Amino acid sequence: MPLSRRLEQARTMPGAPGLRAIEVHPAAWRDLAQDVAAAGGRLLALWGSHASAADREVALVALVPDGAIAATTRLGVSDDCCPGIEDVFPAADRMQRAMYDLTGICSTDPDTRPWLRHAAWPAGVHPLVTRDPPTPPALPVDDYAFVRVEGDGVHEIAVGPVHAGIIEPGHFRFSVVGEKVLRLEQRLGYVHKGIERRFTELPILTAHALAARVSGDSAVAFSWAYCQALEGMTTVRTPPRAAWLRALALELERIANHLGDLGALGNDAGFAFGLMQFMRLKEGLLRATERALGQRYLLDFVVPGGTRVDLTSDGSASLAEYVRALVLEVRGLRDIYDEHAGVRDRFFATGTVAPELAARLGLIGLAGRASAQAFDLRVDLPCEPYESLAVQKCVQHEGDVLARVTARFDELLESLRLVRVILAGLPAGDHVAALRAPTAGSTGIGLIEGWRGPVAVALEAGPDGTIRRCHPHDPSWNNWPVLEHAVIGNIVPDFPLINKSFNLSYSGQDL
Amino acid sequence: MIKTLRQIARVGIVTESPPAADDELRVRDALERHVRQVLGRALCIRQVDAGSCNGCELEIHALGNPLYNVESLGIRFVASPRHADLLLVTGPVSRHMEVALRRTYDATPDPKLVVAVGDCGACGGIFGAGYATLGAVSSVIPVDVVVPGCPPSPTRLLQGILTAISSGRVGPGLHAKRFS
Repeated sequence: MPLSRRLEQARTMPGAPGLRAIEVHPAAWRDLAQDVAAAGGRLLALWGSHASAADREVALVALVPDGAIAATTRLGVSDDCCPGIEDVFPAADRMQRAMYDLTGICSTDPDTRPWLRHAAWPAGVHPLVTRDPPTPPALPVDDYAFVRVEGDGVHEIAVGPVHAGIIEPGHFRFSVVGEKVLRLEQRLGYVHKGIERRFTELPILTAHALAARVSGDSAVAFSWAYCQALEGMTTVRTPPRAAWLRALALELERIANHLGDLGALGNDAGFAFGLMQFMRLKEGLLRATERALGQRYLLDFVVPGGTRVDLTSDGSASLAEYVRALVLEVRGLRDIYDEHAGVRDRFFATGTVAPELAARLGLIGLAGRASAQAFDLRVDLPCEPYESLAVQKCVQHEGDVLARVTARFDELLESLRLVRVILAGLPAGDHVAALRAPTAGSTGIGLIEGWRGPVAVALEAGPDGTIRRCHPHDPSWNNWPVLEHAVIGNIVPDFPLINKSFNLSYSGQDL
Repeated sequence: MIKTLRQIARVGIVTESPPAADDELRVRDALERHVRQVLGRALCIRQVDAGSCNGCELEIHALGNPLYNVESLGIRFVASPRHADLLLVTGPVSRHMEVALRRTYDATPDPKLVVAVGDCGACGGIFGAGYATLGAVSSVIPVDVVVPGCPPSPTRLLQGILTAISSGRVGPGLHAKRFS
């Protein structure tokens, strides 16, 4: 059945604009996935909910060319497993394994290795079902079945979880010949904090603070997506000024991260000058952000109903001034990066993900756009105020480190333009509206284009202002597996550069 | 190349130098004096993310930017705990990082200092202690100084490091102990 026929029965899902919800029978779950793929759509998120043995549900969010769909399937008591869709959407593999680890809902995915569970809780126990999973008395030691590459001269390099730099923990297993990478296998889950369980212990009106801390570098994106879902479940309309202030915060977050990444990418190519220059600019931006909105990193800025603080006219003026200067600085540094033969040589044709591979594997967000996957929620599914900002989509086709650097420069300059447009057009009025907790059982999904890519938060209210289920989704889920492909055939010393060009979140996917 | 040189000349040195009145700068001044007095050489720090949301790491990164420029104070972030005098640890310690954190601590030569960073490193923060987290860093390894904040600013981090090295737990004996 074509997807358009299925969507005739769809209802509107509260939260993100243009999001339609459908429910299918488990037997039609794979057909649905194939219909989404046939329509040019891609999987964003997949998760499970286990309220009781008789009430188990699997849900997904997919981005389709003219919007987004949220689909659910309710498993009957006689249904053992949910049909796996990892052959249609390879990104589903880890999500299905995580779903089993946390909720006990298995899938027909042949890869049954645990993903988020190492050894902190025993096999067969599921922390979103068992309230108090037993903790093993001895120190947990993980024994994971990595795929072994064999042959003359093949050896393994094991890296992590504690890395050499100031970065998040994870394990990388390289199989190499000489310095050439034959295969990379990732083992993540080291910073699993039980976030989804923690959501159910917090009041629905204050848990935006936890959403902001799913991945600290994407705090605005996650807290906005959370609030978008929550506000959609109520009748309250957030003031226009709040939406514009949130967009300001989201673009400042994007600018800060892009500045940091562009510096780090220069550094990984042996150009320390770039690191120092961009870190100088980033520090200036953080200070201007603090003057304008009260925090260097906006972890507590977006709140249900609006924003925690308003932008002062002083703050607005100093931010506008800094941003104006930043445009010239960034253009100057871009010239230097463009003309530096050594830097370009390291960036060019390194860590390439060709557009066909990117489409097949479902690469999304900034890295996706650098491989011709032209999807940006701010353009394709705009919420207020983005529909009136005319965001320019930044797309590259080469899919190498250079393309991801170019995409960052383009998006950085576009965000600097957006900040100026927002500051000039900021509507007057309140910056926050009072909000009451939604009724039990109501659901909503928020979708926000963070700096890394689309962030989703699915929320279901419980009774008396509680949360029954909340699933935050970082685009790193989708892009980590693609990194394994991006490094094939590259040399080990280029891995840090390739990795940084994606700059994926560990905390955001470990949950 | 000429553009690079021109940029370097145009920007100049932006490191904030220590004239009086500014608290932030006084910290720097005191820190440098302490590092030299107490250690007589550079302070080597190994950062360990033991479950952080990555917010604290962003501010720890900022210590290396040209405005805070900790390398000019004799503070260096090193790639191995075996090279470190001080561990800068963020929390809430996830159970999946417990072994790695203990091993990192054991691999750091004595005498050593531990600074727990952020609200999560201090007490578990918003994540608390649960089936997947142990909460405070001090629930896993001995901690000398705690720097709360979500995330703590680079200035607070510098103050925390200063407090740790002035605690007297490491001192002139550092070299003797390490090489005896």
